[in-house]
This record gives sequence, structure tokens and C-alpha cells, in this order.
Amino acid sequence: MTALVETARLPFARRLRSHPATRYWLMTAPAVLLMLVFYVYPIGRVLWMSITIPEPGLDNYTLLATSASIQKMLWTTARISILTTLVTLVLAYIVSYALVHATPHVQRWMFLGVVIPLWISVLVRAFSWFILLRREGLINTALLTAGIIDTPLSLMWNEVGVMIGMVHFMLPFGILPIYANMRDIDRRCIAAARGLGARPFEAFWRIFFPLSLPGVVGASILVFIFSLGFFVTPALLGGGKTLMVAEYIKVQILEVVRWGVGTMLATMLLVVIGVLLAVVSRVVNLRKLFGAG
Amino acid sequence: MSQTGFGNISVMTRSLAWVIICFLVLPITVVFAVSVTDKHYLSLPSEGVSFQYYTNLLTSREWLGSIGQSFIIACVSTLIAGAAGTLCAIGCWRLSNRASEAIRLLMLVPIMVPTIVYALGVYQFWIDLRLLDTYTGVIIAHAVTGVPYVVITVSTALAGFDQRLEQASLNLGANMEQTLRLVIIPNIMPGIASGLIFAFIHSWDELVIALFVAGRGVFTLPRRMWDGINEHLDPTMAAVAAVLILLTVGLLFIDIYIRSRKTA
Repeated sequence: MTALVETARLPFARRLRSHPATRYWLMTAPAVLLMLVFYVYPIGRVLWMSITIPEPGLDNYTLLATSASIQKMLWTTARISILTTLVTLVLAYIVSYALVHATPHVQRWMFLGVVIPLWISVLVRAFSWFILLRREGLINTALLTAGIIDTPLSLMWNEVGVMIGMVHFMLPFGILPIYANMRDIDRRCIAAARGLGARPFEAFWRIFFPLSLPGVVGASILVFIFSLGFFVTPALLGGGKTLMVAEYIKVQILEVVRWGVGTMLATMLLVVIGVLLAVVSRVVNLRKLFGAG
Repeated sequence: MSQTGFGNISVMTRSLAWVIICFLVLPITVVFAVSVTDKHYLSLPSEGVSFQYYTNLLTSREWLGSIGQSFIIACVSTLIAGAAGTLCAIGCWRLSNRASEAIRLLMLVPIMVPTIVYALGVYQFWIDLRLLDTYTGVIIAHAVTGVPYVVITVSTALAGFDQRLEQASLNLGANMEQTLRLVIIPNIMPGIASGLIFAFIHSWDELVIALFVAGRGVFTLPRRMWDGINEHLDPTMAAVAAVLILLTVGLLFIDIYIRSRKTA
């Protein structure tokens, strides 16, 4: 009892420091404050501006139903993101499958091939594709000199170019979650299926594939949400002709200065991604997913 | 990981996987070839190899200025993100209750939210605070968005740390600060180092925020590369890209080395 009274008499600050849990809370404080003031608050302002600029109301949002150019751009964004996700998943699945079946030595080399591009500047990667895909680029020059084509192919400033660059960027984000999941599949399940008379393909399709689905779901959500808001590669390889939402927003703010439209689209992007993550978090552990990515 | 596989996989699957990995790696190497071109535009060298664009890079005030600015910004923002992220990860790890789970999720938000959305908000905010086109403005924005990488790597390192070591330290009379400095941090150093490397690369490569909050005064390297690709198509850009690739791969190998020492 006296101890309690003693504690109560301690100055507030000292009491704060003496309580162990409080110390841990204090340790999280700088990051939490940083995040709330310099991240959450600015995002909040974006949401707020979308309903107050140029004047209070939902006028900006009615553009979604009325503006043909916005609808076209959103449709392009959705189409490219979905196709990119599908292609990335198929390619990522093949690589992951080969990775888990490789010997440790081969595995290390393959893994390096996956991780190195992940950390190389996105600008540098888009620039490499730019060099390759341009009208006067290396691919066209090579094909022309070889006499395979007469006129240069348009590989860039269209959806094909954007998708090549995007799939290239997204592949590591597809491979890592799928691989992490496949690695944990119990090999004895496949052996058991084979022992019970399943043909190799049957064992894969009816046992291995269903077991690998959580990784596929995780990878698809990661790749899809990264695709939706992707700026650099679509902007460089789309060349203003294939407009996706991130570049459209940038043009609205920095060039035509229509904050209302820009923040409304940003809010929509946030809402779509939020809903997708909320739905998927029931199936997939988000922290694990983003930790792996 | 000594799994030698689930059985045999077909040669076709294996070759396809290698083709895809070549698709990942080979296109990037094209910048090395173009960076030594002897022509005045982006192309492969034809008559011979020339290092003129590397000389260009090393004598260009603009490129060197941007490299210097990006380096300062990346270093300072990495320090802020590193300190805040590490403390936060340790705090959450010790608390491990519902609230700390929420904090950890909050720390991941900058990875989930597209940068363009944040860039708009921070642009507005910096107009009010008069931080547009200042080092402080870019550094804070990069630090906040770099925190997640530190929290992730440090949390992963802490998951493998034996909590009894901390108890032992406290029981033997060390106070919290000493325990943190002498027991916890040395043990999770590889995780912190990875986090710092990732936060550094994040800031060093960041374009979208820089497009909004940087300007004439602070012109980061990605910003200059962006202009270089969109406007000038100068092969110096290829030399810059080549140097960047080598630096990144170097950092990555340091990271792999640090991690392998931890497991050894």
C-alpha cells in the first residue's frame, strides 16, 4: 500500500519512464508520430480536397459517370493491370516451380536472377526497355538488319510496351510469395499421391496446385495493387499515349492544375486498394505478404 | 534448405524458367553496351568502344550535383527511418498485443498506398509549411516512406531473437538503455543493416515524390534521369544507369554477405 502511495507521489514523467510497458510505447512513439503527422495527415488532406475543391460536394465524383476521357483511362488502367497480373502470375508460377525443384546450388543462382532486378532502380529498368523497344531501338534495328521486317514494329508508346515493362517490373513480386508458399508444401503429399497411382500431371494438378493457391492469391493481390498505382514504367513506355491512372493524376495536378479531379482519382485508387486488401486479408496474412515482398 | 525437389520436373519447365530469368536479367544489361557507344545517340557501339559518356558524367556539374544531392538526402532520410523504424519494431515486439499489431500494420501502409496518392498530399502540406524544393521537405517525405523497410527487416530479425537474453540482461542489473544498446541491438544488427540498405535504396531511387516536392533547387538523381529520358535522350543517361546498376548490385551483395554471416 505504501509502495502504491510512493509511486503516486513520483513526478508524472518519472512514473512514465519507470513503467516497463510505457517505455516500449515510448519507443514506438517517434515512428508513430512521424507516420501520423507526415503520412496519414497528408493523405487525409487528399481525401478532404476531393470533396471540397473546387467547391464542397461530390461534383468531382460525378465525373466518374460523365467524363468519357476519365472512363477510358480507368478502363485502360484496369485492363493493363489485370493482364499484367495474369501474365506475371503464369511466368512467376513457372519460375517458382523450377526454384523449389532445383538443387540448392542452382537455386542460389536462380534466386540471384530474381532478386537483382528487384533492387535495380525502376527508372533504369524502364530505360533499358526504352532502349530496346523504341522505333529506332535495338530490337527494331536488329530485325530490320536481319531482313525479318520491312517497317519498324511499334513496340512502345502503346499497351504492348507498357505491359512488357510492367511484367518485367512485377515478376519478382510475383515469384517471392509463390515461392515462399511452395517451399512449405509437404513433399510427402505428392509422393503419397504418386504412390497411390496418380500420374505425374494428376499429382500436380490435384495435390500440388491446390496447395500452392494461397501463394498465388498473395502474389496476385501484390502485383495487382502495385500495377494499379504504378507510375514510372507506364509513363515512360506509354509516352503519354497509353494513360494509366497514376500518370493521369500527375497531369491533373502538375500540368492542368485541377486538384479536385486529381485528388478524387487518388481517393478512388485508395478506396479500391483498401477494399481489395480488406477482402484478401481474410485469406492471406498481409504482414507476411508485404514482409516477403 | 536441402530439398532436392518433389521429384523430377520436366526439362521443358526448367528451360522455361531459365528463359524467364533471362527475360528478367538480360534487358537490363543492354545499358552497359549502350553506355560505351561511340555515336551521339542511344545505340550500340559500331566503330569501337568509347568511354566519352563516362567522362561526360564525371565532368558534368548537373549530374554530379544531382548525385551529391541524392546522396545527402538518402543518407539523412535513412538515418531517420533507421532510428524510428528500429525503435518502433523493438517496442512492438516487446508489447506484442493488439495495439502493437495495429502499429505494425500502420507502418506497412506506405508500401500499400501508391506513392502518387501520398505525393499529392505531401505536395499540399509542403506548400503550407513552405518546404517545397528544400532538402528538409524531400528528406522527411523519404524518411516516412522508408520506415516500412526498416520495420519489416528489424521485426524479422527480432522474431529470431531469444527473449530470454533480454531477461537475463535485465536480471543481471542492466537498465533498459544498456540492455537495448549492449544486448538487443548487437543481436539484431544484420536486420538493422538490411533495413538501412533498403531504406537507402528507396530514397536514392525515389522519383514520384521528387517530381512533386523537388524543383530547381533540389534536383535529385532520379529526377534528372527522368528529364534525361523524356527530353534529351543523351547517352550519358546510359552511363549513369550502368553506374547505378553496379552500385545496387554491390549493395545487394553486401546485404547477402551480412545475412550469410548471421546464419553461419
